[in-house]
This record gives sequence, structure tokens and C-alpha cells, in this order.
Amino acid sequence: MSDVKKVLFGPILSNNPIALQILGICSALAVTSSLSVSLVMAIALTLVTAFSNFFIAIIRNHIPNSIRIIVQMIIIASLVIVVDQVLKAFAFEISKQLSVFVGLIITNCIVMGRAEAYAMKNGPAMSFLDGIGNGLGYSAMLIIVAVFRELFGAGKLFGVEIFTTVQNGGWYQPNGLMLLPPSAFFVIGLVIWALRAYKTEQVEEPEFKIAANSRVQEAL
Amino acid sequence: MEHFISLFIKAIFVENMALAFFLGMCTFLALSKKVETAIGLGIAVVVVLAITVPLNNLLYKNLLQDGALEWAGLPGVDLSFLGLLSYIGVIAAVVQILEMTLDKYMPALYNALGVFLPLITVNCAIMGASLFMVERDYNFSESLVYGVGAGIGWALAIAALAGIREKLKYSDVPAGLRGLGITFITVGLMSLGFMSFSGVQL
Repeated sequence: MSDVKKVLFGPILSNNPIALQILGICSALAVTSSLSVSLVMAIALTLVTAFSNFFIAIIRNHIPNSIRIIVQMIIIASLVIVVDQVLKAFAFEISKQLSVFVGLIITNCIVMGRAEAYAMKNGPAMSFLDGIGNGLGYSAMLIIVAVFRELFGAGKLFGVEIFTTVQNGGWYQPNGLMLLPPSAFFVIGLVIWALRAYKTEQVEEPEFKIAANSRVQEAL
Repeated sequence: MEHFISLFIKAIFVENMALAFFLGMCTFLALSKKVETAIGLGIAVVVVLAITVPLNNLLYKNLLQDGALEWAGLPGVDLSFLGLLSYIGVIAAVVQILEMTLDKYMPALYNALGVFLPLITVNCAIMGASLFMVERDYNFSESLVYGVGAGIGWALAIAALAGIREKLKYSDVPAGLRGLGITFITVGLMSLGFMSFSGVQL
């Protein structure tokens, strides 16, 4: 039971795909300016990761090693086509906003990375849970960033006004920078800082140590 | 001619793959510790983009687009939903062929590129450029110019980031920000810098 819990919830805090494994960053940056779009993206990615892990784990003993990347790609691409078509049919507005990023789930490193690192070595049930877990870790990060960006950039959440902006006669002066692309980098950088302040074992070793200050007498 | 030059400049600076659309971020952040590897990877991306974008353009215009199969006597067939699968197939195949060709005829370059070549298959910048090409409906020559421009833009961005990171390792960064955190903030600042190009009308 503890195993299941670790596989399912470990990736959220202690082994976050974005903050620690450096996977799946592209889409995390580009789609987070509004919360509803990020939520759709998070659900889509979680489903694709879970099912691709599941299917790859089922056939893992039959895939020849030399062509495994292509086989994984085909499974992932077929799943993404399904997601893309479903979104176009039922949520056309959001699929327009996501533009190419639904297609880019194929090359999202989380999906490939988990297929290669976990699903090739473990059974289907656990792989499915691992996919859900990593999807959740990604979703958590995406939603935190999107909440910050939409709340402070437009004063809204899910398009509903939370802070009344100055234009509408309220008090909140929206921070336009939060809607621009660079703010996504700053927010993720700060979230990583917060996460590592809490889980200090994730702090990276410095490549270069600065010598302690020498005393004035020594310098002379 | 002027149209192509402006498309080229736009692909490099205004619509920079890495800093304006955040494509290819995983490799961008993971492999930008040294200027040398960054430049090697940048060249590989330029070459692959210059081949795959026009190739996918041909594929889209002649096989997948709505009504494109008219020459085969199937005017009402729309295969564009197969796009994603075909583009990734083309990209994987081109990368594989490129790897074998380089290994045989240019071993020096092959060794320089090393493990980066297979990694390019999963670089979203490559896939992204093909998808943008379809979305913006470029023709063949436009897609060639766009592919080269997008590649050069990406290479420029990663080389610049590697240059900054090489110097950055001597600075005293707060423990929690060390490594990945400060890299994100640096890229954010670079992206702000590149936004100044966005007012340029071409």
C-alpha cells in the first residue's frame, strides 16, 4: 500500500517532474496565462501519460530494444491524436487557445521520460499509477503558476473577477507583466525556491565554492 | 525577396522559438552548462529544422490537407487528423538518417554532436516548427526559410544562455535557487530582453 502511495503522490512534492526532473517545461510556460486553459492541459497530459505508460508496460517485453523509441512514439502520438480530436469536438475555444501545444504533448518529455524510465521496467498497473502521479505533479505546478499569473495579471480566476480592477472602478491595478511570457519563468523559479527551502535535500551542490573572506591583514 | 528576408528575421528574433514560444525548453535548460555543447546542439537543431519543416510541408500539401489527394482520384478525403503521427514519423526518420550519414561521411561532426542528435527527436522546437508551419499555412519556400530561421534563433538563444551560465557559476546564489531556480530567472530576464524585438513590424 505504501508503495502505491509513493508512486502516486511522490512526484507532487519530493520528485516533481518540473521542479526536479527538468521534464515537460515547454508547455508549463506557454499555457499558464489563464487557469481554465492550464486545467485542460493538465488533464490532457495526465491522461496521455497514464495511458501511454499503461500500454507500453503491457507490451514492454515484446518491444525490440533498437526500435523502442519509435514504438513509444507511435503509441503516444495515437493517444494525443485522440485527445486533440476530442478537444476540437467538445471544447473548441480552448483547443484554439492551446493551438500547437496539444500536439506538442507528443514531444513533452514527461510522457517520453516516464515511458522510458518507468513503464519499460514495471507492470501495467503500477505504470498507470506512475503516469497519474507524474501527471499530478505536473498539474500541481501548472495550476500554481496559472493561479498567480491570472490573479495578479488580470485580477480574475477562471475568468471570474476576484480583484476588481481599476478599469472597472475597483482598487486593483493589474500587473501586465504577469500576462507576458517572461513572468512564467520568474514564477516557476520562485516556486522552485520555495519548494527547495521546504525540502532542503533537493538543493543542488554548487559547482564552484567561493573562498571565505580573507582578513585585511592577510590581503596586505 | 523582401518577404523572405522579413520572415527570416522574424523567425530569428521576434518569434524566437526558445524565448518567445518556450519550445525545446527541456534541452534548453538541461544542456546549456557549457558553451561548446550548446553550440554543437544549436547546429544540429538548425540542420534538422532546415530539413524537416520543408519535408513536412510537402507531406501536408500533397497528402494530408483537405482535398490534397485529388491527384490520386480521391478529392473528398481529409487526412489532416493524421498530421501529428506523420510529422513525428518524418522527424524521427530524418534524425535517424542524418545520424547514419554523418557517422559514415563526417565522423568529426558526428562525434562533436554525440548524444544530442537522437535527443533532437523529442525536442519540441522541431515538432513545434512543423505545427506552426501548418497553422500559418506557409508554402514550400516560406517553410524552408522559416525552418532555417527558427533553428538559428534557437541556436542563438541556447548559446547566449550557456555563456551566461558559465559566468554565473562563480556567483553566490541563495541555496534554494542554486542550479535550476536561478537558470529559470535568468531565462526570464533574457526573454524580457527578446520581447523588445516584438514591437518590430516587418
